[in-house]
Amino acid sequence: MKLRAVAALGLTAALALTACGGDAGDEATPTTDETTPEAAETADAGDEGEEDAGDAGSGLSGEFAGMGASSMRVAQDAWTSAFMADNPGVTVSYAAEGSGAGRGGMEDGSVQFAGSDRAFTLEENVAGNFAACTADSIVLDLPVYISPIAVIFNLDGVDNLNLDPATIASIFKGDIAKWNDPAIAAHNEGVELPDEFITIVHRSDNSGTTENFTDYLSQVAGDVWDAEVSGDWPYEGGQPAAQTDGVANAVGSGQGTIGYVDLSAAGDMGTVSIGTDGTYFEATPEAAAQVVENSPVEEGRAEHDLAIALDREADGYPIVLIAYAMACQNYEDQNTADLVKGYLSYISSAEGQDLAAAQAGNAPLSPGLQEQVAAAVDSINA
Amino acid sequence: MSAQAPSSDKERTTSSEPLDSSLVRDSKRYGDTLFSGISTGSALMIFVILAAVATFLTTQAIPAVTREPGPTGLTAVETAGGFWQWVLPLAFGTVWASVLAMLMAVPLAIGIALFLSHYAPKRVAKTFGYIVDLLAAVPSVVFGLWGVTVLAPALDPFYRWLNDNLSWIYFFNAWVPYGDGGDLRPNLAAGGQNMLTAAMVLALMVIPIITALTREVFLQTPRLHEEASLALGATRWEMIRQAVLPFGTSGIISSSMLGLGRALGETMAVAMILPGKVLISFKLLTFDNPNTIAAYIAQNFPEAEGDGNHQLIAAGLVLFVITLVVNMVARAIIHSRREFSGAN
Repeated sequence: MKLRAVAALGLTAALALTACGGDAGDEATPTTDETTPEAAETADAGDEGEEDAGDAGSGLSGEFAGMGASSMRVAQDAWTSAFMADNPGVTVSYAAEGSGAGRGGMEDGSVQFAGSDRAFTLEENVAGNFAACTADSIVLDLPVYISPIAVIFNLDGVDNLNLDPATIASIFKGDIAKWNDPAIAAHNEGVELPDEFITIVHRSDNSGTTENFTDYLSQVAGDVWDAEVSGDWPYEGGQPAAQTDGVANAVGSGQGTIGYVDLSAAGDMGTVSIGTDGTYFEATPEAAAQVVENSPVEEGRAEHDLAIALDREADGYPIVLIAYAMACQNYEDQNTADLVKGYLSYISSAEGQDLAAAQAGNAPLSPGLQEQVAAAVDSINA
Repeated sequence: MSAQAPSSDKERTTSSEPLDSSLVRDSKRYGDTLFSGISTGSALMIFVILAAVATFLTTQAIPAVTREPGPTGLTAVETAGGFWQWVLPLAFGTVWASVLAMLMAVPLAIGIALFLSHYAPKRVAKTFGYIVDLLAAVPSVVFGLWGVTVLAPALDPFYRWLNDNLSWIYFFNAWVPYGDGGDLRPNLAAGGQNMLTAAMVLALMVIPIITALTREVFLQTPRLHEEASLALGATRWEMIRQAVLPFGTSGIISSSMLGLGRALGETMAVAMILPGKVLISFKLLTFDNPNTIAAYIAQNFPEAEGDGNHQLIAAGLVLFVITLVVNMVARAIIHSRREFSGAN
């Protein structure tokens, strides 16, 4: 009878059916005291633009929302909370619902800025296409989040491997079956490679990481990697795993496994250094920022539309995810423009980039690129 | 109904003065109508909800089946060569994982239930009963996490051994040819994340459901049957075979069907453990497994848009139909056995 008194606690799993966070349609509410001229809160990027009412800073107040890529969720979470702490009158949110949702949000005007793993294409980025902006405004693609994709492996007694793109492609395509294959050994003199089979682990869901990784392989090792580039894994072989954590877990708990994840998820697993002619670049944030720095802006882009044409063969670690913040060149009302401008100049500032790097483990923008982004942010206006 | 309540309430207070006996009768009638109304309403609500779900699924699913998917359709559907070629392996995977789970869960659950009802001392049975019930309250995400971080790696060496030594048994074979030379390489799932582990975790999740229900049924076995059996010289096991199991058959079946329902629809645990693909395979240890419908939807819905959404919802409709069929079959079996069970 006494046992009756024992209460059983039923835990319910709250499967987060994420409610749409974007305040649909709502433009930021205009405020009364937007005339207080104050110094910008960000140290480096002077966001008093050349425009008449460009008075960002502690005078900011209002509400605006962004939506988009989940790759920079951690960074955006850090940025939004830090920005709101600096500007008590401001409410900003970022719903990490995927790149496609973010780009769609700019097109239907449900959000004021977006995040995406790829820039708008030249065909998409034309005036009139974006309900969030004025009718004659394009969208600026601003690289704000750079993150290396690491090729991780789990092999007893080996912490680092050097490989060239063609060998990586052969491994992931399934042509190379064993770790002691001569093609692998050729790049790793002095490393004791075990006579063990390779198990490939790849993403099972449609993912920007897969798209980026396969895009890299088809660009630099096209003879081997003959599949079309897409967010879905193209080949039959290999073990599928859900999400970044799934891949990291499968590689980590298996033997002789190899996979690819965002560097921040690589933990203490072995990573592959990549290079072609004897110089190998380790997967580090610095090496990733370096390759972006060495890549030009895509041809035919409007001024300040910084869609990067990633040069996969430039010096640096070549498998890099660039996530863009997307904002209108021109907004309908001045306050929204000021808010977005203030926010974007904060996240692209050294302070914002360092904060993200500390939280998300991504690569801070190089100073050169940072200047370009700051100039672009400055040009945002109503 | 809510509008009715206050008015009849007033009636009652006004008519309460004159006669006591009429008050009693009135209030009784009032209670009768109220509760029959509530229960009828609740019953109808089930139909409304079911109809709403079915309508939603059907209207959203139709585009995926009838028209050619556009550029927003899932790549997997395109690769498979059509909607049905895509959804069939997933439906197979759903049923296959559940059947495997049931093969493990039902005998074990019946054993536990018999232990609790006929073998264990009362006090032990009670404590055990609580523990089993507690298992049912563990959320499936926790089962999934435990499966993928604890159970799967622990079983991995065993799976390797199976594949090395017993690969001549079809189910344990995990070798595939590669390249042009016809050499073999293993497609053994890394970290023990395979169909067998997923089925084991599913089995663990349905065991509490089946155990709790069958235990109750076994406890209801008429005492006279049991004593008659024992009086005829049967051992305890023979008594259980002669009296308890025949009596409990329909209970076993219906509780198994409840468990099967949970296994078919289970999402998170499978999604976390099973490396799922779109193919049909009976092999247990490979990473070339069919995915289940529920897990597939959960994994792919966040990035899906347009036609992709329709296709996923259509897959959901297929799952809906599968569970419907399973339940109807179970009903039919129970109905045909009703006379023998004595449960009525």
